[in-house]
Amino acid sequence: MRAVDAVMECLKAEGVDVVFGLPGGANLPTYDAFVNGGIRHILVRHEAGGGHAAQGYAKATGKVGVAFATSGPGATNLITPICDAMMDSVPVVFITGQVRTELLGTDGFQEADTLGITIPIVKHSFMIQDPKEIPRAIHEAFYIARSGRPGPVLVDIPQDLSRGEIEYEPVTDVRLPGYQPTTDGNQKQIRQAAKALAAAIRPVIYAGGGVVNANASEELVEFATSDRFPVTCTLMGLGGFPAPHEQWLGMLGMHGTRAANYAMDEADLICAVGARFDDRITGKLSEFAPKAKFIHIDVDPAEISKNVPAHIPIVGDAKLVLAKLLIEYRALGVDPARLGAWWERIEGWREKYPLGFQDSTDKEIKPQYMIQALYEATGGEAIVTSDVGQHQMWAAQYYDFPAPRRWINSGGLGTMGFGLPAAMGAAVGCPERLVCCIAGDGSVQMNAQELATCAQNEIPIKVFIMNNGYLGMVRQWQELFWDGKYSQVDTGKFPDFVKLAEAYGATGMRFEDKTTLVEDMKRAIATEGPVVVDVRVTREENTYPMIPAGQAAREMVG
Amino acid sequence: MSVMGEPGTKEPLSLEELQASTGLRTGRKHVLSILVENKSGVLTRIAGLFARRGFNIDTLTVGPTDDEQISRVTLTVDGALHPIDQVTKQLHKLINVLKIRDLEPGDTVTRELALFKVSADGAQRGELMQIAEIFRGKVVDVTKRSVIVEVTGTTEKIEAFESMVRPFGLIEMMRTGEIAISRGRSET
Repeated sequence: MRAVDAVMECLKAEGVDVVFGLPGGANLPTYDAFVNGGIRHILVRHEAGGGHAAQGYAKATGKVGVAFATSGPGATNLITPICDAMMDSVPVVFITGQVRTELLGTDGFQEADTLGITIPIVKHSFMIQDPKEIPRAIHEAFYIARSGRPGPVLVDIPQDLSRGEIEYEPVTDVRLPGYQPTTDGNQKQIRQAAKALAAAIRPVIYAGGGVVNANASEELVEFATSDRFPVTCTLMGLGGFPAPHEQWLGMLGMHGTRAANYAMDEADLICAVGARFDDRITGKLSEFAPKAKFIHIDVDPAEISKNVPAHIPIVGDAKLVLAKLLIEYRALGVDPARLGAWWERIEGWREKYPLGFQDSTDKEIKPQYMIQALYEATGGEAIVTSDVGQHQMWAAQYYDFPAPRRWINSGGLGTMGFGLPAAMGAAVGCPERLVCCIAGDGSVQMNAQELATCAQNEIPIKVFIMNNGYLGMVRQWQELFWDGKYSQVDTGKFPDFVKLAEAYGATGMRFEDKTTLVEDMKRAIATEGPVVVDVRVTREENTYPMIPAGQAAREMVG
Repeated sequence: MSVMGEPGTKEPLSLEELQASTGLRTGRKHVLSILVENKSGVLTRIAGLFARRGFNIDTLTVGPTDDEQISRVTLTVDGALHPIDQVTKQLHKLINVLKIRDLEPGDTVTRELALFKVSADGAQRGELMQIAEIFRGKVVDVTKRSVIVEVTGTTEKIEAFESMVRPFGLIEMMRTGEIAISRGRSET
């Protein structure tokens, strides 16, 4: 069998139903195998679009996403998606072409040291040195990508090796002696955690993207509601605990709610589940949750005590650990009434500092209202992707995600241009669901070319551009922290997004009137095929509340 | 690493008694003996990890083991500057890393080889050779104006020898970095 046909067989054996990619010289053999390979291939317009689409697919479905690119510039265009997948623990396998082995190291045409360049940003990578290695490498790549803490894995295949003939036998065993993720969780530690939670009088559960990755949402809800534990989620964890909910405090961190941040500040015990104490959560590390002891549940032992020392570390899969924790906790028979005073305090913050904004009194669309309108127009049931910036934070604040895998964004790396291709991937993975992208007018142009992919393949994403004509978050920081001197943030009126959409074969619309916005959005959603909506919002509006960078939760402004 | 927060027998549990396990800076040199799969790029992965996380490698040696598919990396890290548990946990995440041992100084034999090229003419040569003998060094090359001495030993011994010969005029010095093996019957 041709090695490239074996690649197709491997993909099928791994349950891959779609890949995103773009061919070139070094992966021509592989693309020949796609002709009759029985794998759906979506031709993207830029490899970064393909990489982010694979991420969106993976995040929406929980399966491993796959992206293909050729050598050199094809591979380097994947750098951002690879790094993004690393930061947000997204299972994606990237398969790149490489120049012929005889050209390796000679600066051949379209040669790049893909393996070397990507080493710091992959979970693992394979450089094929013999065609016979290909099936095992691909299967191991999938195994590594999806197990433990998920992440990106790269397989680099030189062109001549991909043309080799090999005996293909499905690989069912992976031999990775240096890779054995701990998933069970130490029972003694779990018991200790249960006891600590029972003893706590101001506990908070702080859940992150790990809960979503581990499909541990149900277990989290069950555990949190086995008592009256207040729950807050990180940006990546949204939907991991259903919002709204009486025990839901809202998101925490830089643009989180005061209730969530103040609760962390006063907590005596914080139970972190699949979260990594990122600087956007902790703010000033030395003043983060000063009164708290920490239980830290994470499948990646290196995250435990990395930024904040854990008192009870539990290495394990969130789903398994939470299920065991629930059993241990129930056995203690704790009286939920002990949390009465704590809830009174929290309710006080909730009442005093609800999320809010000064709405317009005319037709002007406030950006926060735009999110509320979309929530209403979608019934809160859409998969929502976003780019990075103000619109992302407002989406996180004002769109209540009722379930996991509904909120897909670039948290760790903060990649502008992520939302549109991620929406494309999510829509391919979940064709039965409505997929909306909340984009920024700055961000969306970084991968707008994928509208052509959407039009060609009839991928019906609905892109709502929050258009304020600014790189809004940078503008906000310049306003607040750089004396209001705006430097290179005004994007003017360009481009005309309606015309741009039409040029790509999508439907373009422009909404400027608050009073009809919900109905207009419903109309956009009901329109077939990909739709781009240019929503004109207030130009200068700030995202609040906010913990200024490097400050403590107590210092929240706005 | 020690397991913190073992369940006690006291009920109810008091949160105040919980001790945090953290990236403590131990303040001493650590010798990490690492078994890795002998695959291309392994050293880059390790070196890259140290660079990216801001960990300094003091010395690094790589060599074969009795199994040709496995190599051993011995590296030393300053535990005063870096949280060793974070260093080892990050290393463990590398798929090609099979085993890491943070060798206890008391239970470990460490050796380093160094070559010193020292300027020494007739008058000084005798004195230099005497010093070399005290350090159980070996003179491996002599010219009219220089002597090369080979010294094996712990880092401390090498450094002591260096300070002794420096006044003669140290032309060059080559050091291998430490290798280490655990004492006793069990494998390193």
